[in-house]
Amino acid sequence: MQGQKERPGSLPYRLFPLGDRAVVVQWGETISADAHRAIRSFVQRLEEAPFPGMTECVAAYTTVTVYYDPYHIYMAWQRSGENAGDIDSPYAYVCSAVEALLSDRPHRSIDQPATVVIPVCYGGEYGPDLEHVAAACGLTPAEVVHIHTEPDYLVHMIGFAPGFPYLGGMSERIATPRRAVPRVSVPAGSVGIAGGQTGVYPLSTPGGWQLIGRTPLALFRPDREPPTVLQAGDTVRFQAISREEFEAWTSASSSPAS
Amino acid sequence: MDIRIVKPGLLTSVQDAGRQGYQKYGVAVGGAMDAFALRAANLLVGNPDGEAALEITLLGPTVEFSCDSLVSLCGGSFAAHIGEAPFPLWRPVLVRAGSRLAIGRATAGSRAYLAVAGGLDVPLAMGSRSTDLRAGFGGWHGRALQAGDRLPVGEPSPLARRLLQRCAASAGDAAFRAAPWCASPRLMPRYGTAELRAVRGPEAGRFRADSVRRFFAEAYEVSPQSDRMGFRLAGAAPLALTGAGGDMISAAVCAGAVQVPPDGQPILLMADAQTTGGYPRIAHVAGVDLPVAAQLKPGSRVHFREISLREAQALWIRREQELKELELAVRLKAGWT
Repeated sequence: MQGQKERPGSLPYRLFPLGDRAVVVQWGETISADAHRAIRSFVQRLEEAPFPGMTECVAAYTTVTVYYDPYHIYMAWQRSGENAGDIDSPYAYVCSAVEALLSDRPHRSIDQPATVVIPVCYGGEYGPDLEHVAAACGLTPAEVVHIHTEPDYLVHMIGFAPGFPYLGGMSERIATPRRAVPRVSVPAGSVGIAGGQTGVYPLSTPGGWQLIGRTPLALFRPDREPPTVLQAGDTVRFQAISREEFEAWTSASSSPAS
Repeated sequence: MDIRIVKPGLLTSVQDAGRQGYQKYGVAVGGAMDAFALRAANLLVGNPDGEAALEITLLGPTVEFSCDSLVSLCGGSFAAHIGEAPFPLWRPVLVRAGSRLAIGRATAGSRAYLAVAGGLDVPLAMGSRSTDLRAGFGGWHGRALQAGDRLPVGEPSPLARRLLQRCAASAGDAAFRAAPWCASPRLMPRYGTAELRAVRGPEAGRFRADSVRRFFAEAYEVSPQSDRMGFRLAGAAPLALTGAGGDMISAAVCAGAVQVPPDGQPILLMADAQTTGGYPRIAHVAGVDLPVAAQLKPGSRVHFREISLREAQALWIRREQELKELELAVRLKAGWT
């Protein structure tokens, strides 16, 4: 990926509004490496050169949602005295700004994604569903751990809760349906499997995922900038640690994962 | 200078205009459910319009002021008193040191904002003083207020001081003195109309045509499963998709989105909604009507009326202009005898 010039305009996309203060750029409806690259390239350029009136943008599997302030855009446009042309609403203005960014040839390649290693203590009290997952998949718990820690995962997006990563790349061999009865409270830091997905709960919430381990890493720190350990586009590796290492980690850190 | 929470009320929390720029980290914008009432309350006490204030829900708190304070209570119609005397809404009020403002039940609407000149001076978290109740951070220790909490208040602006002096000049011995003028009802959202204007959602085309028609015609009731994250609505019959399978791959969502889970009953996302979702979105409430939605409560009936995106944005721009008018009017009132 590094060193390649990307032209997101080469992958078909469409624009549509989300409510009255956002526009969505969508590259199809299939999760793919091409869509991901297009998204990363576009987000990078948007963040380097936000148009006046843009407030923020959010990447997802095949979309980037760009939020803006229609009043700010209206006022800037009034002041500029530009010819109306095709622009007769803040939405139309934003579409033209976004199209201009999309059709520009990027002047540099996509940043190398950060790789984050997430230490996980698997099984026992930290992974109460590990044995169930193993039995359901016809594997031993040790094999499940090996399969879970083997690949590089891609963070497609962050959402659902602060710092919660939507990860791509888990092996089908350890896919397991959600629990029939969700838990009222899943401890923060829990690593789980739901169907073909895997993820980590940054906060304690109710949840139906199969819990196979726990990380002592605090994925969400509201007092830091950025407030999350993971961001869309990062690469994640899970690394098995022992119970002793887990406990040493939590006693050493000043802000435990909760 | 501080304010003390004597009784907390049903759900009182520190909220400002919300945190911008962190949705990509999964952090909701949050902030005041009724942003119009928050902003009006702040402007009436000479604060920047997005300052932190108390968000009050259904049954209000009793608050004690340590110093002479300029305050304003805006939003739903809450019965409020200092001693025996009724406390007026939608205007600046001088409250004497040691006075207790008892905010009771809402007789119309469900939420109100108590702004104090100087703003609530609680720590910033990601650029905002809003409380994220779900994630447990921001505002006052990331939680709803409790009896005994003492919230620091910032320095009133020069404008606030002028307004304070004008009220004080005619206050005499009274515990409080309201300005003889108030925000004009002409500027306000269509509170109490039970109608929410909305644009079609990105996935409206996935629903059967008769479902879309019904959505924009029928009345919905706000169910008890409703809170700052969103309102579950109950309609006469479920909304139906044309094809098989309702889930779409997850994408960003925000307050105002009306999403429809498999049971066919819509959910209106509000201030603390998750930043991403996978349910199809049939509509999106216009920003100007979110304050109207914020005043709904369980049992309220509401219906949606379709408008175009162009109209929604024109209404938004006009609303911003009206808030600028209010800001100017407050300055003029401070300057005239």
